[in-house]
Amino acid sequence: MTHTISVLVENKAGVLARVAGLFSARAFNIDSLAVGETEDPTVSRMTIVVRGDDRTLEQIIKQLNRLVDVIRVRDISKEPFFDRQLMLIRVGLDGKSREKLLKLAQDLGAQVVDAHQDNAIFELAGDQKKMDGMLEAMKPFGIREVVRTGRIALSQKTEVTLKDLKE
Amino acid sequence: MKLKGAKILMECLIREGVEVIFGYPGGANLPTFDEIYEGKIKFILVRHEQGSAFMADGYARATGRPGVCMATSGPGATNLLTGIASAYSDSIPIVAITGQVRTWLIGNDAFQESDVIGLTRPITKHNFLVKDVRDLARTVREAFHIASTGRPGPVLIDLPVNVTQDETEFEWPEKVFIRGYQPTVDGHPGQIKKAADLIAKCKRPVIYTGGGVNLSGASQELTEFVRKTGFPITMTLLGLGAYPGTDPLSLGMLGMHGHASTNHAVQNCDLLIAIGARFDDRVTGKIEAFCPKAKIIHIDIDPASISKNVVVHVPIVGDVKLVLRGLNDIVQAPDVSEWWAEIREWQKKYPLWYKEDGSIKPQYLCEAIYRAAGKDAIVAADVGQHQMWLAQYYRFDYARTFLTSGGLGAMGYAFPAAIGAQAAYPNRLVIALVGDGGFQMTMNELSTVVQSKLPVKIVIMDNKCLGMVRQWQELFYKKRYSQVFLDEGSPDFVKLAESYRVTAKRVSKKDDLGPALKEMIATPGPYLLHVEVTVEENVYPMVQAGRALDDMIGSLS
Ligand SMILES: Cc1ncc(C[n+]2csc(CCOP(=O)(O)OP(=O)(O)O)c2C)c(N)n1
Repeated sequence: MTHTISVLVENKAGVLARVAGLFSARAFNIDSLAVGETEDPTVSRMTIVVRGDDRTLEQIIKQLNRLVDVIRVRDISKEPFFDRQLMLIRVGLDGKSREKLLKLAQDLGAQVVDAHQDNAIFELAGDQKKMDGMLEAMKPFGIREVVRTGRIALSQKTEVTLKDLKE
Repeated sequence: MKLKGAKILMECLIREGVEVIFGYPGGANLPTFDEIYEGKIKFILVRHEQGSAFMADGYARATGRPGVCMATSGPGATNLLTGIASAYSDSIPIVAITGQVRTWLIGNDAFQESDVIGLTRPITKHNFLVKDVRDLARTVREAFHIASTGRPGPVLIDLPVNVTQDETEFEWPEKVFIRGYQPTVDGHPGQIKKAADLIAKCKRPVIYTGGGVNLSGASQELTEFVRKTGFPITMTLLGLGAYPGTDPLSLGMLGMHGHASTNHAVQNCDLLIAIGARFDDRVTGKIEAFCPKAKIIHIDIDPASISKNVVVHVPIVGDVKLVLRGLNDIVQAPDVSEWWAEIREWQKKYPLWYKEDGSIKPQYLCEAIYRAAGKDAIVAADVGQHQMWLAQYYRFDYARTFLTSGGLGAMGYAFPAAIGAQAAYPNRLVIALVGDGGFQMTMNELSTVVQSKLPVKIVIMDNKCLGMVRQWQELFYKKRYSQVFLDEGSPDFVKLAESYRVTAKRVSKKDDLGPALKEMIATPGPYLLHVEVTVEENVYPMVQAGRALDDMIGSLS
């Protein structure tokens, strides 16, 4: 079972190592981890996608909460939420396929980042399904390189605002 | 007024109530030692940094206040690791302060640089690298706060040399607020009510308590709870002393080397009330077969301890002291005399036993120490057979009188830990019971007791071997004794002690033991008693690894 957890942490050196270390020390599996600053520069948000049964997930959340630099942990996959990832994909190109490929990419919602004689880079943002669709569609043309961010996610409901976290 | 970092550090330690520091100097903490020279806080110079961490731990266990140890960067810091790891396993509040290379050299493989923050991340509750002297006072404040509140644990402060030399305005932050760290201390009244409901309905209850009760200082509340309910209580190794071991309601220790009768009671209970305990595998045996018929109430300050190893029915997160108060207010216990009758039968059937054969039996030594020591004594046990025998035969009646490395099981712990406790209580009797193996890991601290004039009493239970490992090799490896005999290399312990100007004596006859212990206790100053005991003796009863708790060997003589 895959869960998406949203973790607010102090935006300090070493916090990522603490979180990553916890996962490795306790043999929890991370599918992806994305981290970035929030609207408050002293706080970062990590979106972590993990696999495990309910008991493992409960332990992961409790263990994350034990970390002093972790401010809030929430399993947002329990409620309606939106998630997105970003993918850059380099696809092979030739005179014949060019037009077809560009059209297809456009239909799938991808942007052209860069295009050359023999290859093009597309950018695609969206959820997992959209990524999978794009990869499937590009396969016949020859995928040369793929790079993806981890998943980032927000709950449909407004989470605690950072102001609430202050004293 | 502007103060140097090193001075700010000392000022902070004084304000935190630190009365003694255990440590060792080096290049990266020279400015700090220049302040220690002022003598405002007592300093105990150790002979190996590992000892200083164990001492801080022993100090903390005996007093309930954070112990402080100090080491230089690189090798000094890495020498602390075992002691920090042990404190982490047992949730002991210590603050370790390490020197670090100058901030601009960090990451450059500088002389005596090691990534202490990285090394200690998994074995500390939290750690700090102070990069700016302006952060120092707040960091020290937070370190002590984190170490001693919630589920306690070791905290490390890594202090680069230049930070201790830089100056800034000294401001002591009275209040600490850490937004990511707010332990729950009050138990939820609804949960407490649920627990009381289960208690009212049970027929075969067992109270199972761990180190958390000692850490919380909840002996009084626990005693009230036990007396009020009349329920049987068993304690883990770290829980011993929280409830009087001599009281008839106490079933003593449970677990791998617990009393067989106690393990039977636990396995057959219909309600297990776990308080400040964490269902360690040495306690539960085969986890799937643990307490098969019981509902479980679990009171603990650390939510992560709850439902980690076993699923519990009524979790209560909070400080056990406060939760027990709430529970004591409403609890109504059923009559459990039939259950007690059953337990008394087990106790009759499975008493602890050993066979006399003319040698000094190690079990007898533990009984003799118990008889000689008196209620006020603090006893530290190292790791191995002697540790288990002491836990079985010594009846601890008071919290904070038993020091041992339980979770990590770090040999070499007891002697330094005893030094730490003695530094806190110079006038109390402090005894370290050690094996001939473990003592040789930290016996260098003999220098420390002499130099610091601490009257620690050392009793070596010398079975000429690494007894606990030998026992496993005897039982599970067909007596293929592999690297467990120490005798040929061991020193003459009496002469060794004497070379440090420590009074010492050897005993190998049973009749001499009692008088020798008396003499040891009556002799002022440190003392080493070398006791030669039976070599091939096993700790029984025993739950073999992977077996259910009531599936024991050696429970009958
Ligand atoms: C630092 C460390 N190394 C190894 C062990 C494994 N170990 C556990 S008990 C034991 C034997 C201890 O021998 P001794 O100190 O003589 O005590 P005894 O068991 O004989 O009472 C050993 C080697 C340990 N617990 N700690």
